Amino acid sequence: MFTSIEEWFELSEREGISLAQAVLQRELKETGAEEAEVRNRVEEALEVMRAAVQDGLAIDEPSPSGLTGGRARRLAAGGPELLGVAFTTVLSRAIATLEVNARMGLIMATPTAGAAGVVPAVLFTLQEECCWTDEQLVDAMLVAGGVGAVIAERASIAGAGGGCQAETGSAAAMAAAAVAWLEGGSHEQVGHAIGLTLQGMLGLICDPVAGLVEIPCVYRNATAAVHAIAAAEMALAGMDFPIPVDQVIDVMGEVGTKMDVRYRETALGGLAATPAGQEIAAAAGMDRLVQLQRKGRTAGESSARIGPS
Amino acid sequence: MTTGLFDILGPKMVGPSSSHTAGACRLGYVVQAIIGGTPDTARIGLHGSFAMTGEGHGTRKAIIGGLLGYRPDDVRLRDSFARADEAGLEYEFYETDLGEEAHPNSVVFEVTRDADRMTVHGCSIGGGRIRVQEIDGFPVDLKGTLPTIVVLADDVPGTVSKITGIIAERGLNLATVRVDRTGRGERALMTIETDGELPDDLFANLHDRSWVHWIRNVHRLNV
Repeated sequence: MFTSIEEWFELSEREGISLAQAVLQRELKETGAEEAEVRNRVEEALEVMRAAVQDGLAIDEPSPSGLTGGRARRLAAGGPELLGVAFTTVLSRAIATLEVNARMGLIMATPTAGAAGVVPAVLFTLQEECCWTDEQLVDAMLVAGGVGAVIAERASIAGAGGGCQAETGSAAAMAAAAVAWLEGGSHEQVGHAIGLTLQGMLGLICDPVAGLVEIPCVYRNATAAVHAIAAAEMALAGMDFPIPVDQVIDVMGEVGTKMDVRYRETALGGLAATPAGQEIAAAAGMDRLVQLQRKGRTAGESSARIGPS
Repeated sequence: MTTGLFDILGPKMVGPSSSHTAGACRLGYVVQAIIGGTPDTARIGLHGSFAMTGEGHGTRKAIIGGLLGYRPDDVRLRDSFARADEAGLEYEFYETDLGEEAHPNSVVFEVTRDADRMTVHGCSIGGGRIRVQEIDGFPVDLKGTLPTIVVLADDVPGTVSKITGIIAERGLNLATVRVDRTGRGERALMTIETDGELPDDLFANLHDRSWVHWIRNVHRLNV
């Protein structure tokens, strides 16, 4: 795809095409696929994402590990709606997808399974709030995909590679750019939406309790979704972010590579390593994992790539 | 390797982990394709993170589902153990240490089907992508992202051109061709990646040639 946001925006300006069209054009060129084929695949992805949200909101029993399950439903039905129903809807939809994921249900990894709740929560709720057509939603997904591809090239989208900032941070940046673009933001504003998202998520570690994609992942997806909307709101209101977007992405990559391996999906640090986290792991029958990793590895070992991505 | 749109928007998969669930399933799927269908027996050695975090991520269920021919987005992965019993697939998992060099998410399969027996090494390299590194001691580099023909044949002159000729007759472009042999005049393993899917019966008339031990069509698995 593109190796920088700058390259993508320049191509779009030079050719006089939208950011979504630029992504489409590049994808067609690289894969030899037809436009209709690509758009159909994106539509299919959206159907899976929609179904996952619906399924997740209906879950009323614990996940196999017992760590999550039923939270999306509880939030949707009984939240105080402090900022109105849409805000609560965003949170519950993000959690819904992750709860489906935890039960071996069907999801779209956007960009990863562990961050799969963010993009659908933001885009489906904003579609309702801003009255986007389904075709506009496909375009928004293309823009989101373009952002994710640049981040994957320049930094990382995997928790094992760069912590949670690389997973939910990337997902939030994708969602923020899609919203800013579809709501009429200039290229500059779309860039600011990405920068404003990532600046607030830099350094976020990946520390899954018991090594499962549940705690804190379900909650991080919810807060990342809200973060994306906050960034789009500020960018569309004309807030700028003085560090160019590609440089912000590079910082995220750099922080990721320098992040101790304990904080990169190994379940060796952070919340996973707290006494309570270890108790939960033992109760879920996953303490063996933590012991094995502790015995075999020393902190800071950079070659270790343990855990899901 | 450049990142494509659907590396980001996807894969469509059964959760919870692209490397531990989707990748594990794809490895099982490719193994069953190489041995020509769901095996009768499978001994599966899990290395590193696959052994340690596998249970919570459904890695074992995903591998068995793959051996049953399920794809990563097939919700039957969830109860693949019961379906394996129904299908008569006998399986056994064990923890193994494939050494420091091995990828943390590595697996070794020993499978049998009818009279065939095969050992396959592979790993799940992230985002649902996989790599098959060894088949029966032959080094290979199979990703499953392109339709692939895998052939075990005697190392006699003309084998490669015979097979690539059949593919060329179908007007299909070859992406990669790899041949490894145990020794001159002994046995050779070929992996041929093509740009398009080949019909399963394309090589039917090669099966009875004495120099072909087996030939298998491994369909592409979208990530």
